[in-house]
Amino acid sequence: MKRRHFIRNTALGTLTAAVGTDIVFGRLIPEGYSLLALQDPDPFTLFSKDREMVVLNDRPWNIEAKAHLLDDKITPNKYMFIRNNGLIPEDIDVNSWTLTIDGEAVKKPKTYTLSELRSKFKSYTYQLTLECGGNGRSEFDPPAKGNQWTVGAVSCATWTGVRLRDVLEDAGITDKAVYIGYHAADVHLSRDPGKEPISRGAPMAKALQDETLLAFKMNGQDIPLAHGYPLRLVAGGWPASVSGKWVQRISVRDRVHDGSKMTGDAYRMPCNPVAPGEKVKDEDMCIIESMPVKSLITYPRSGAVIKEGRKLSIRGHAWAGELEVSKMEYSIDFGSTWSTCQLEKPANRLAWQHFSAEVSLPKKGYYEIWARATDSRGKSQPMLLPGWNPKGYLNNACHRIAIKVT
Amino acid sequence: MEEKEKFREQIRSIYRLLSTLLVLFVITVLGVVYLLNDPDLSFFRGNEVPQEYVAVTTEDDFDKIENGIHVRTGLKEAEGLMTVVNNCTNCHSAQLVIQNRMNEERWIATIRWMQETQNLWDLGKNEEIIVNYLVTNYPPKKKGRREILTDIQWYELED
Repeated sequence: MKRRHFIRNTALGTLTAAVGTDIVFGRLIPEGYSLLALQDPDPFTLFSKDREMVVLNDRPWNIEAKAHLLDDKITPNKYMFIRNNGLIPEDIDVNSWTLTIDGEAVKKPKTYTLSELRSKFKSYTYQLTLECGGNGRSEFDPPAKGNQWTVGAVSCATWTGVRLRDVLEDAGITDKAVYIGYHAADVHLSRDPGKEPISRGAPMAKALQDETLLAFKMNGQDIPLAHGYPLRLVAGGWPASVSGKWVQRISVRDRVHDGSKMTGDAYRMPCNPVAPGEKVKDEDMCIIESMPVKSLITYPRSGAVIKEGRKLSIRGHAWAGELEVSKMEYSIDFGSTWSTCQLEKPANRLAWQHFSAEVSLPKKGYYEIWARATDSRGKSQPMLLPGWNPKGYLNNACHRIAIKVT
Repeated sequence: MEEKEKFREQIRSIYRLLSTLLVLFVITVLGVVYLLNDPDLSFFRGNEVPQEYVAVTTEDDFDKIENGIHVRTGLKEAEGLMTVVNNCTNCHSAQLVIQNRMNEERWIATIRWMQETQNLWDLGKNEEIIVNYLVTNYPPKKKGRREILTDIQWYELED
């Protein structure tokens, strides 16, 4: 008790308050020393994220946005979800950072420094939709294993970098090339240096697309550390796990890449539909490629109360993986009737598209506004959960917000 | 002889009496001296000092429980808690455990996956304790094909 009085009565009191408990031997703290408890990372400061972002997991870091935070046409860093499989690399030295192209299907391995990549190849900027394969997982029944993402594991920032195709052509690939797989600097959760937290990739057709970049800028600035600084593979429209962060090596494989999280249930769906909860054999699982059509109402925030007779403006974004969104609709009556939204063209291929509508609500009461996008091949978002799968991927069910008219 | 014997007996009892008085006197003196130094008799309530320490250490406790929650990890206090803390929060955060709702079969499958690919050790007898803790405290929730909207924060939408 005496010790507490002592601490309360000294300058240590502030530190005590910050740590939330008494500091034993507080008198002995050297000047200028920062307590470990205070180094304890506040993710919002650490990653420059908005305080409304939701932390799902702090080891590894997994943080998602809420629908209304994604209202910007180009997602700023503060509202961009973080999905990490391992620990963020420490002590990154940009000057010594290299990218090596190797694998069974390269003529000879070749290594580039970052400045070589920048000077040797032309840079391109695209706005690219990156959505976590497990976005929406929290809705599956029976529950699916993993971080329980709701709706906010999606972003559409601009990415600047060189085309992977240009680099691969320069390195020289053979006709045996089937798939690329990335290897990165992040650290396995067990800290076992022999294990990679994640090493995924894409078939050559995706690797060679114009928009598949080795990016060094996001929204015109250095890529934030949590998003892959200093070099990130970016493959828009596919599960964001294809867009490897902190990339050091790209292997051009003569087979489907078999790195960490390319096999088992990870980022794979049952090749044929299964009943909820059904066991699926390993050989009956297929790798996810393009993400499905989906949309989000980003304005207003769910829970808006408006006066009777007033029109309600809604807006948001829609995307369709490799495809374009061709139609956007909303319903105020649980899908009995649908009205068309105005839909903009994407800034470039693989960028999300913005929609808006003026909604009339006929009388007082509770409403839900449901949004439904349709892709260029005529596939629409389901109102109910799509096919159950062991890891709860690809939930593209309609987004909805609650509105009250008074 | 009898007279002599009686006399000796009297001497012995006087001696005993004097010895007893001396012992009592010494005890009294020691008692008074002690009381002058420690009027609260705190020496004989020695428990109190450790009790104070116990109270303080509880507050600083690394494994503090508050409202049925293990503060450091957020896990519920229940049978098997520390086994879960010690085996399941070394690599990943307890937040990953808490988010997930699985039955016994799927928790075991998850443990096998972690053992095969993520360097999780053999849990031995602890496996049953861990799985029991998880299915008891974090059971799957029925959600159906689409849940109703909950936790709506109503607000006046300005023009």
